[in-house]
Amino acid sequence: MKIKKNIATSENGFIFNPATGDSFSGNAMATAILSAMKNNEPDEQIRKNILEKYDVTAEQLNRDWEDWTIQLREANLIEC
Amino acid sequence: MTIAITGLNANDNPGPGIAVIRAIRDELGHDVRIIGLSYESLEPGIYMSGMVDKTYQIPYPTAGIAALKSRLQYIHEQEMLDLVIPNFDAELYNFIKITPWLDSIGIRTYLPTEEQLAARDKMNLSDFGAEHGFNVPADHKLHTAGDITKAGHELGYPLVVKGKYYEAFVNHTPDLAIKSFHHLSAKWGLPVIAQQFIKGTEINIAGLADGKGNAISVIPMRKLYLTDKGKAWAGITIEDEELIKLAVKFASVTKWKGGFEMEIMRDEGGRLFIMEINPRFPAWVYLTAGVGQNQPAALVKMAMGADVEPFTEYTAGKMFIRYSWDHLVDIADFQQYSAFGELSIAKVHL
Repeated sequence: MKIKKNIATSENGFIFNPATGDSFSGNAMATAILSAMKNNEPDEQIRKNILEKYDVTAEQLNRDWEDWTIQLREANLIEC
Repeated sequence: MTIAITGLNANDNPGPGIAVIRAIRDELGHDVRIIGLSYESLEPGIYMSGMVDKTYQIPYPTAGIAALKSRLQYIHEQEMLDLVIPNFDAELYNFIKITPWLDSIGIRTYLPTEEQLAARDKMNLSDFGAEHGFNVPADHKLHTAGDITKAGHELGYPLVVKGKYYEAFVNHTPDLAIKSFHHLSAKWGLPVIAQQFIKGTEINIAGLADGKGNAISVIPMRKLYLTDKGKAWAGITIEDEELIKLAVKFASVTKWKGGFEMEIMRDEGGRLFIMEINPRFPAWVYLTAGVGQNQPAALVKMAMGADVEPFTEYTAGKMFIRYSWDHLVDIADFQQYSAFGELSIAKVHL
């Protein structure tokens, strides 16, 4: 899953899509994941880092990751 | 340089005049003398020092070409105008008609032809789209309230009912469509237009073209906040090659000359529909100056004979947020303008 190249993000969680004019506010976790995605880290690596760093089960992460993907797609932030 | 500009009604449904003046002053400085041309004595721009140097009242378009020429002749004798920039749809026909005369007395313009003006008229937009391969919502001309039944059957509901010149209503039932028809026909005359409703994201494009098929500037803006009249109260520039291509194609196929605004709806499938094409700069045109493509200033340069290369860059993500401001005006100024039809913003003492 690749975030669109022109998506602008800021350290405080603000996300701007210059192609549509849409803007979003993300929490700290969203900001960290988007930052990793913008650095072209593979999904598996990002998920592995989350499992290591946070008290979350793999099943819970899978469900949340699916939600996250749907939200990014709905927000038109990822490459088709 | 002395430039006459109309559209000083900076109200909740503003004319573009003040934005045009602001953009021109930004780039060409305060050495430019701006002569406002207004229709009514409560147009706010008349009283805005720093924007307009002097304003003259001009006759309504319905008064005809002779009245407009006579008034402009007088104003030209006082001010020695170099250029006039009309900013209202309804006055453009008259100004285009008198362009040769204006030119003969040394007043330049930068306007489309009568044919270009007619081609993008909302009455002809559907044919225009078919001819040039643009997506345009299907429409139906309404001459009587009875025509709504057929239009509703063909176009479905919700049904957009639009006035000949201004205003549009989205109607969810035939009864509401009939009410809109009567309102709009009484206000703007016949025919009224029924248009297919397109659900999607509203985007506007401000453009400037050179009359030779080249778009000099194209700035797309997504509306972020709408007034109850559907006007953008806030917006943001966006980068989208498809929108730019659309405006470039418009300039190319029409050989449009002057400013223009395209009202676009992007449907859920990503298709771009042209809802309207306005034959002048939009009221939000100052945003073009703020993102690196000052369209009004470029128009002035081109009208005065300069070659302006097409702009290629602009800043995406720049917003405008309109605001209201209670401008205090001395009764003496209002009296001067109401009584004599002209006002220099220098104070008048009773």
